Amino acid sequence: MSNRVEELPRAEMAARTISEERRTLPAEPLLTVENVNLAIRGNPILRDVSLRVTAGEIVALIGPNGAGKSTLARVALGLMRADSGRVWRKPGARVGYMPQRLGVDDALPLSVRRFVTLGTPASRERVREALVEVGAAHTLDAPVQAISGGELQRVLLARALLREPELLVLDEPIQGVDVNGQYELYDLISGLRQRRGCGILMVSHELHLVMAATDHVLCLNRHVCCSGHPDHVARDPAYLKLFGLDGVRHLAIYHHHHNHRHDLHGAVVESAEDGAHG
Amino acid sequence: MDDFLLRALLGGLGVALAAGPLGTFIVWRRMAYFGDTLAHSGLLGVVLGVMLRVDPQLGVVATCLLVALALVLLQRQRGLATDTLLGILAHATLSLGLVALAFLETVRVDLVGYLFGDILAITVSDLYWIWGGGLLALAALAGLWRPLLAITVHEELAQVEGVAVFPIRLAFMLLVALVIAVAMKVVGILLITSLLIIPAAAARRFARSPEGMAALASLFGGAAVGLGLWASLRWDTPAGPSVVVAATALFALGFAVPTQSRR
Repeated sequence: MSNRVEELPRAEMAARTISEERRTLPAEPLLTVENVNLAIRGNPILRDVSLRVTAGEIVALIGPNGAGKSTLARVALGLMRADSGRVWRKPGARVGYMPQRLGVDDALPLSVRRFVTLGTPASRERVREALVEVGAAHTLDAPVQAISGGELQRVLLARALLREPELLVLDEPIQGVDVNGQYELYDLISGLRQRRGCGILMVSHELHLVMAATDHVLCLNRHVCCSGHPDHVARDPAYLKLFGLDGVRHLAIYHHHHNHRHDLHGAVVESAEDGAHG
Repeated sequence: MDDFLLRALLGGLGVALAAGPLGTFIVWRRMAYFGDTLAHSGLLGVVLGVMLRVDPQLGVVATCLLVALALVLLQRQRGLATDTLLGILAHATLSLGLVALAFLETVRVDLVGYLFGDILAITVSDLYWIWGGGLLALAALAGLWRPLLAITVHEELAQVEGVAVFPIRLAFMLLVALVIAVAMKVVGILLITSLLIIPAAAARRFARSPEGMAALASLFGGAAVGLGLWASLRWDTPAGPSVVVAATALFALGFAVPTQSRR
């Protein structure tokens, strides 16, 4: 009898807590990597690395060349086996992957439309929609070998999107893209998270851009140097040591950009770049 | 038309039909040397078949498969490039075949026929082999088409998208082995790869889709067989090499034909 009276407010409270928490801490994990170690030919590449990606979250892996970023992404995808540790992906989760390189032999006559449907059969209309979403609709019937590096990045992203992914793994998604295109792509990627609610694991070395678009940064140099919210990581001594003054300056520029992002998108980007060289 | 000519034509066409689509994949996957290696091991297969008193073609398929598996295992060992490994396997197996042949004192094996083909000696049972094996290979390739194309374009991307890469790759090697066993009678061990890659290469300029290129490769291969046989009769030249020369002529002619503007 008294139970019934008590249950109502408790349930209400629980509901409120969940809805509040959802904004800050998405509950559903899509991918967890725990204490992973990996050596290639006796050379340790990953040491005791852990990471976690939940739905609606963007996690960035940053670090210098050879830090093991791509290796970690490949371990997370199950493309490489760790020597020890645990890798868990949500069973049955649809995964979209954007690899760093694509070398299609010139002897293979393959249009962009065929290329993006290799993993997921889709109608011409759906392919067009996906290409419009990434801003590469004009490449639809072009041979996949004939498009530019920036277009290729967009096309790779479109192929990943056609899978309606719950988890997206992007390996250097903006390499080969010009500066304006980089901001566009990052806007697109963070928009994806909001519209589709997918979790995103992203490898990058474009510090200023990564810091702008992510929820969680993992600073990697074979081991996890530091991790957390971008603002937190940016103040971490380990981060400053790893990237030095240059990285810090980039970061300052990013903040400037971020403040003005709604007013003058292109113009601010330009002046920020000028500042970096001046 | 004489019976032996009709059989030669039918046999050649059967081989060309299967070799076309398979050859396009060999070209796309840059496996020409791999095909060559399997073909070189064919002689060892023939000799083993004769020694074990089974059908020589069965011996060829089995040996090709073993060589393919050996290559996969050797590739795990880093340090030597694949083309080095292929070079070792190709010539080791060919030499092993020739050495083993010397031990077959009681059986006469037509070495030149195996090395360069003997298309004019195709029998009715050979035709069953060629068309049965060829159609089987084509049907299997059609079934594998989509995942095989996906791993040809990007293996890891395909793997993330759910393609079981290793079984597909293995199945493809098996098909190559089968077609080599089937084609041996027509052009011989040393020239088989040409029938796989030359028609496919000739088709490239005119193809706008993977499937179109595969179909064109079969067509060009068939035309090369017809032309080669005709030339061989007309000028009394060896038939197998004549077919390869005809395929090469078609390939060269392709450059003279203007294609639609490619981007």
